[in-house]
Formats: sequence, structure tokens, C-alpha cells
Amino acid sequence: MNSFFERRYVITGIFLTIIIVLLARLFYIQVIDPRYAIYASNNVRREIIHNPARGPILDRNGKILVQNVPFYDIMVTPKLVKPFDTVEFCKLLGINREEFDKQWQKAMKYSPTRSSPFEKQISVTTFASLQERLSEFPGFYSTPRYLRTYPDSVAAQFLGYIGEAQDRDIKRSGGYYHSGDYIGITGVEKSYETVLRGQRGVENLMVDSRGKPKGRYANGMFDTAAVAGQRLTSSLDIDIQKLGEKLMKNKLGSIVAIEPSTGEILCYVSSPTYDPNLMVGRERGNNAAKIYKNPFDPFFIRPIQAKYPPGSSFKPLSALIALQEGIIDPNTTYYCPGYYKAGNRKIPCNNGEAHGLVNLSSAVALSCNGYFSMVFQKIMDRNGGKKTDATFASWRDNVEKFGLGGRLGLDMPGESRGNVPTPLHYDNVYKKGGWRSSTIISLAIGQGELLATPLQLANLECTIANEGYYYKPHLIKAIGEQNIIKKEYTVRNYVGIDSQYFQPVINGMQAVVDKGTAIRSKIPGIVMCGKTGTAQNPHGESHSVFVAFAPRDHPKIAIAVVVENSGEGAHWAAPIASFIVEKYLKGSISQRESGITVDYYANATRLPDSATYLHSNSFNRRKALKADSIKKRLQDSVNKKLKGLKSTSAKNKKDSLTRFLAAQPIRKEDE
Amino acid sequence: MNNQRSFFFNVDWVTVFIYLALCTIGWFNIHSAVFDERHPGILDFKTDYSKQLLYILISLVIGIVILLLESRFITALAPAFYGITLLLLLLVLVVGRSVGGNAAWISLGGGFKLQPSEFAKFTTCLLLARYLSATNVRITEWRSFLTAGAIIGVPMVLILLQPDMGSTLVFYSLIFVLYREGLSPYFLVISALFIILFLTSILFTPLYVVAAISVLSLLIIALFRKNRRLVVTILTGLVICIAFVFSVKFIYNHVLQPHQKVRIDIVLGIKNDPRGQGYNVNQSKIAIGSGKFWGKGYLHGTQTKYSFVPAQSTDFIFCTVGEEWGFVGSVVVLGLYLFLVLRIIFLAERQRSPFSRIYGYGVASIIFFHVMINIATTIGLAPVIGIPLPMISYGGSSLLNFTMLIFVLVKLDSNRMGIV
Repeated sequence: MNSFFERRYVITGIFLTIIIVLLARLFYIQVIDPRYAIYASNNVRREIIHNPARGPILDRNGKILVQNVPFYDIMVTPKLVKPFDTVEFCKLLGINREEFDKQWQKAMKYSPTRSSPFEKQISVTTFASLQERLSEFPGFYSTPRYLRTYPDSVAAQFLGYIGEAQDRDIKRSGGYYHSGDYIGITGVEKSYETVLRGQRGVENLMVDSRGKPKGRYANGMFDTAAVAGQRLTSSLDIDIQKLGEKLMKNKLGSIVAIEPSTGEILCYVSSPTYDPNLMVGRERGNNAAKIYKNPFDPFFIRPIQAKYPPGSSFKPLSALIALQEGIIDPNTTYYCPGYYKAGNRKIPCNNGEAHGLVNLSSAVALSCNGYFSMVFQKIMDRNGGKKTDATFASWRDNVEKFGLGGRLGLDMPGESRGNVPTPLHYDNVYKKGGWRSSTIISLAIGQGELLATPLQLANLECTIANEGYYYKPHLIKAIGEQNIIKKEYTVRNYVGIDSQYFQPVINGMQAVVDKGTAIRSKIPGIVMCGKTGTAQNPHGESHSVFVAFAPRDHPKIAIAVVVENSGEGAHWAAPIASFIVEKYLKGSISQRESGITVDYYANATRLPDSATYLHSNSFNRRKALKADSIKKRLQDSVNKKLKGLKSTSAKNKKDSLTRFLAAQPIRKEDE
Repeated sequence: MNNQRSFFFNVDWVTVFIYLALCTIGWFNIHSAVFDERHPGILDFKTDYSKQLLYILISLVIGIVILLLESRFITALAPAFYGITLLLLLLVLVVGRSVGGNAAWISLGGGFKLQPSEFAKFTTCLLLARYLSATNVRITEWRSFLTAGAIIGVPMVLILLQPDMGSTLVFYSLIFVLYREGLSPYFLVISALFIILFLTSILFTPLYVVAAISVLSLLIIALFRKNRRLVVTILTGLVICIAFVFSVKFIYNHVLQPHQKVRIDIVLGIKNDPRGQGYNVNQSKIAIGSGKFWGKGYLHGTQTKYSFVPAQSTDFIFCTVGEEWGFVGSVVVLGLYLFLVLRIIFLAERQRSPFSRIYGYGVASIIFFHVMINIATTIGLAPVIGIPLPMISYGGSSLLNFTMLIFVLVKLDSNRMGIV
């Protein structure tokens, strides 16, 4: 035998050691380390998302306001693509080569083996010619997307729109939304997002290393079915909504009509408006930019975001508080010489007209500034001049109960609070103890710092129509097939005025229409109670305001109409309101004694000069400065738009300050 | 003893059985790795598993032929086989270049190719055994050592020119044969030392490595300062080591090809590139790791079936084993290899003729080196150099090579009582 025989053990030892090392490593990666199994399933598993149809939104009578229409996204998995005729492909898609290259790079960057959208939101008509040819382009496939369509193109600001979820939404949703998912961005689409969106379905597929599907993952054990979104029945009446948008064409302003017995919003017009269909499809970004560039800002939701001094429409409220407080009774009279003298200030009546002896009802009917100034001063001075701030604070509480100066909690984002000044505000302006009833006398006639949204004004009319309470105004009356009604909408909100005090005020409001300022808007066969208002506008002609409810007994509709820059309430807002009321109550519009017609108002233009408008509205000024970057902004992030809306209301606070400052000289002139 | 009638009784059936078991395991794993439900043909010779079936049959025939040959014939023709291999290796350099593709193959037509470097392992082994078994050869003598080195070195150089780093390194495993035959153990130690130095020089700044080995050497000198010879040896060694460390960076940056560099970097953890250069190893680890303890079951491996792992039926065939048969399968396969190698060493040691013994050690070393590097590669312990897993990987040349290696040994063993 060989002398180096024992060396076999050394060699065997080395071999054994190495095998043990290999086995130890295998044991570690196969048995101990759990990461590899996860990596493996990530490799092979692809989630295919099935987007459910979004819930449709109906009007109160079941007519469709918005429903779904299929669009197609062309998807691509770059690794599966084989050489093809790019020119032909571009032609079919209707894009140019540059766009093609851009999209291709984007898809490659996302992942060569995972599919991502190549071209989005292709309409059914474009897709028809593409569909049969698509198989010639391996690696590309289509996936249906349900987008929105609006058969009557109405109620854009009410419905809002949807768009792709942005990073912020995705983060906030805790992973529910993925990039490319659609989400409600404004309006009802946003506030009812969780109801409308339904439940996403997931199918798990196995794919090979190139991303090619190879069958179901785990026999579909982890798959879930898509559940369609729920239908919403809105409170809107599509007929009066259409009429309202027609009447408000080429005018700035709002119409808000509410059913007093439920709080359901029947009509919600924001003018100028836009065709909601423009916010769907491939041209969406360009269209949005155009809408955004409109100096009158169609995206501005005037019914809840615009704030106006209520003017004379505030007077009934003023009277009611005085009656409840026992300051006056219905028979309290005032001899109107054409003005009211508060301290050394003179509050003139409309056109300096002397009303003579007026009681409560006739003061409402004649809109006598003198009477209401007298009442206001009586309230403020009842505890003595030194306690004006405390008295004012309690008066303010009473006003707030009507829903002024705070959000009503509408089921839609973006609501503004309006403004009811605080004692602190006057302390800051005049220093503490430096103001008296005469200082703040403008509040008596709805001027000064008072600001209300059209929604608040309409809600105020509901309260008067109901003689002391209102239901929370809302846009969606029932959710889903079961027509679920939210409990908060069945609660009466009392405003702290006994019902007995309403009749004298309502008498006066009936007289406004029957024989007062709004006589031209009288509806044959319907007793309407209303109040005209002329809201001072420091930037131009006054805003025309009219509030009303009808019929007097068992009111079915309460309404507030604002037409900006149009002067007296009786001239524009009242006729428009009367048409809406009549259409709602009778279904048609009859011949008027005064001879006013829908066509006349629908065709009239009351647009201010866009240049001055731009400079008079701070939210628009902001917009003008950024006009160039708007298109990009819209496309990049619709969220920024949302932020924009928020800052709009912030800007509106400043706006109210400008209005207040502008009101100051008027007061001084009076002195 | 009547050779003609008894050789089947003298055949070591244990070795043959392990060989057949590994071939079978190999075939099923190749089948699983490339199985496609739409083209299940096992006999159409288009799929890898159908071709492998053919290779296995050919190998068995050749195996039987070898068993029927005279042992004398094998020893006598060893130089001729070696010479033919060298010619083929030269030819491959010419033909390979003219084809312009991978230079390791000679096309035989019909989609079949010959890989001479595989056969070089067998023939080199034979010639080395023949040379070392000559009575006047002592491996401890420089002359003999250099001749043995040349026998191993020539095919190494030719294969390196292809360039096929993996197959080249396989020949280095024959150092175990030389060691068994009396080569100083320092060669093993120095080999290990140089591997360690090589890796540390890549991982760390050469200056730090030099500082570390210098301090170590000085400590040893301080301890054994009375032993003059040792001090001199260590100092010489230190100088060589320092020279080596500094040349490593140069070799690494200028001699090695970029992809080889990256592969080494990935194993050392310097680079992490799971989508590019590190893709293979990363996916291979995922496939093996996802097998867990029991595996996913035959034909149920998703990573290998859906081609996440490249070269899945050849160099990365172990992924299929790991994924579908789990840790249990890995242990069985590694166990079979260990058993085979130990059995071959056992056979080698029981030979009366030095030729058979030396040849046996050659077979054991080559098989073991393949297994070690191949599996270490799939689990990220060695850089990707692309050598097959014996008997399991798809490939006719490789299977034939191992068949000849093993069956010649079995033949020699069956004849161990006779004089070769």
C-alpha cells in the first residue's frame, strides 16, 4: 500500500466540510429565510384589477343625471411587444410619433414586464376601428374603463367630476387606490365617493418572466368579484334645473331651491356653468384649462362659495328676532319720513321715498329701511348703550340659529360660512366700548359686514315657510336600491322663534309679490311670499337678490336667486325665481299679467366687463396671475385644484374684508 | 479468473446505481424545467428532455462498451486520447472563431454539438494517472511535478483561450490527486491562502491586507525567532504575498473580463444588481428558497417553469431541484453526490494498481469540484462560471464525459485483481 494512505481522510474531510457548508446554506435559504417565498410569489403573481361600474346619480324622479359609459385604455407590456408598424399604430390611436415615444419610455420606466397604460380614455368610436386590429400588435391590449356621461349636461357643479387619484389620495386611502384609479374630485362625486365607487374586484394571475399570463394563481383562491357602486337618488328636479340653467345663461349668480318639508335641494344652479361632459375623455385636460381660463370661473360653486350681503332679504329675519324678544309687536308703527336717523347718521329709504306710517307687515312689503333701523336700534339699546356688545352678542346668536355665519353641512365639499360679524370684530375696528347701535345700524338692513351664501338664504326661506325650523339641506335624498335616507336629514332644526310670530312677517312677504316690489313676478293662481333684495357690491352694480317660498299654505318650494351686477332684486332675480317656482309647482309656465317671458330672461346678458371683474374678485385675480400654468396644473394634479378651492374660500375671507372697508366711506358720508 | 464471464459480477453496482439514480433525477428535473403542456413530446428529439433521454441511452451503451473493453486497452491508449482531445481543443478554437458564436462547441449537425472541453477532463485524468503511476516518477521531484503540471496545464490553457473559465478551473481540482500521491500539503495550504488573499484584496484596500499579513508574519517571526530557516521562509512568503496582493488588483481590473468581475463582486456583496448582472443568481436563490422544506411538487415550480431562472436545464438545473423538491430534495441530491464521491475514493483506495487509484482520485475530484461550484453558484456562494451539475444538467457532452469517467473506473475496479 501507498505511504500516503492516510491522506484519503484529509481529502474526505475537505469534501465533507464543503458539502456541510452547502447544506447549511441551503437550509438557511430554504427553511429559515422566509423572504424568498415572498419574492417568488411577487415574481409570478399579477393582480388584475376589475374596476366596478360607478354608481349612477338620478334626479328626484328617477331621471338620469350621470351614468357610465365605457372608454378604453390601451395597455402595454413592453417585453411582450414584437416589432410592428409604428406609423400604422400611431394612426389608429390618433397620436403622433413623439407622443408614442414618450408613452413608450414611460411604460418601460414603469416596468418592462408589467402592463401599464399606454393611451388612456379612448372613446367607443375611436376604439371601434382599433379593436379588430389590436391583435396585430402583440403586447398591447385594451381594458375597459367606466367613465361618466351626462345625458342632459346639467348640474356640473352639483355633480362634480372624477379624475385619476393622485399620490396624496393614494397615501390617504391606505392603499385602496392605485395609480390610475378614478376618484371623485369635487361635488357629489367626491362626498359620496365611498358609496359610488363600489368594490374593486381582483383576479390573481400567474405570469412568466416576460409578463405573459399563464393561468390563475392558487386556483383563484385569493380572487374577489367586483361589486358595482350604489346608485344615488338626488333631490334635484332635472326639469327646473334645466330651466334654471337656461335662465341664468350669460349671467353670473346662483339659484338654490329647497323643499321646506324635507330640506331636499330641488335646484342648484351656479352660473356660469360648463358642460360636465367636457371633463371626460382624452380632451379633458385641454377642456379643463379652457374652463379654468374663463374669467367668471365656472368651477366656482356659487351657491355655496359666493357670499353676498343679503340686503333687504335679511329684513324678515330682523323682524322675527325683534318679535321673539318682545321688542315690537305686529302693530308697532313707525312714521317714515324717507330715512331713519340713528344718532347723527341718516339711513335713507330706497330712493329717499317717504313711506309714511308703516307697521310690521307693510314695512316688510315696502322694504322700509327706516322701520327696520328703528327696530334694530331698539333691540341694541334695550340694555343701555354701555352693554351694546353683550346685547349684540345675543342678537348674533339668534341670527346664527338660522344657519347664517356657519356651514349648514351640505353633503358636498367646499361650503363657505358666510359672515356674521362678532363683537370682537367691532372691538378691533372701533376699540372696546367705542361702538354703539348707531355704529352698526347697517346690519338692520342686511348690509355692513353681513354675508350669506345663496344656500343660506334659501335655507332661511325654508325656516320662514316652516314657521320656525329647517331640515338640513341636502343634495342626495336616498342611497342605493333600498333608498336609505340619512338620519341627520330627518331632524328638525329649530331656530328659537315661536311659530305665532311668523304670520305678520309672511303677510308682508305675500304683499311684496301681490302688490309690492315684486309685483311683476306674480304667478297666476299661486300665492308666493318673497322678498327682494339689492346687495351692495363695492366693485360695480349691485347684485339682484330675491328670496321666496310658495305656495303660502303648505309651502312646497323655497328659493333664493342671486344675479350678480344686475341692480334691484325685483328686476332680475324675482322674475327668474317666479319661473322656477311656477315650473316646479305647475309643471309649465303660464302667461304673465306683467308680460314677462322666460325667453326674455334666458336671452338677456348680464355679464360684467370681464376686465373689471378680474380685478374686483380676489379669487379671480389669483387665477389671472397663474393663467399660464393652469393647464399643466390641471393635468398634473387635480388635487391642487381642490386646494385651490380651499384657498378660494380663504381668499373670500379677505374679500369680505375688502367689502367691509369699501362699506366704510358710505357710513361716513351718512354722518 | 475468467474475465469474460465474471466481469459483470465484479462490477461495483453501488456506483452504477448512484449514477443511474442521478441520471434519472436529472431527466425528471429537465423535463419539469422546460415542460410545455402544448408540446409534451418525449420522443421527438426537439425538447431538452427528449434529447437528454437520447443522451442517457447513448451513455449507457457507451458505458456497457467500456465495461466490455480490455483494461489494458484503456491504459495503452491514454496518450492517444489525450492527443486527440488536444487536437479537438485546437480545432474548436479555429472552428469556434469562424462560427463567431460560443467557441466551446463543434457542431455535429442536426442540432447536436460536441464540447471537447468536457472530454478533456476525462482524457487528462487518464494520462495523468498513467504518468504518475510509472515506477520512476516521484511527484516530490521537481521534474515529475512539472511534467504532471504540464499534462494538466496544456488543456487548461487551451480551454482558457475559448474562453471558458469554468471548465479551466475544473482542472485545478486535480491538485487533490497530486496531494494524494505525495505532493506537499503546503500546496493545498498555499492554494487556500491565495484564494483568501485574492478575495480579501478585492474586498479591502491592498494596503490594509498587506499591513495585516505583515503584522501576522512579524508575530510568527517573533515567536519562532530562534528557528532561522522558518524566519527566512516566512519572510520570503511575505514578499510573495505582498507581490500577489498588489498584482490581484491588476489582474482583477485588466485580465478578467468585465462580466467576470461583476460576478465576483456580486458573490462578495460589493455589488447588488438583481435586475442586471445579478439577475441569474438572484432568481436562482428565489427559486431554491421558495421551495421551502418540502418543495412545491413535481411540475409545480413557478420560478423555473415560467423561465424566471435562465439556463434552467443546464447550469441552473439545481433550481428545479430546490424549488420543486425543497430542502428534502436538496439533501437527497447532495447526499447522493457525497455518497458517490466517497464510494469512488473507497474504490480507488482498494485498487492494487497505482494507475487505477490515481485515476479514481481524479474522477472523485472532478465530480466533486463540479458539484461544489455548481450548487454554490445557484445559492450565491460562488460567482457564476457556468459548469454543469454531473449527470443532472442537460447536455450530451457533459453526460458522456461523466459516464466515461465513472465507467472506466468501474471497469478498472472490476478488474482490480488482474494486473494492468
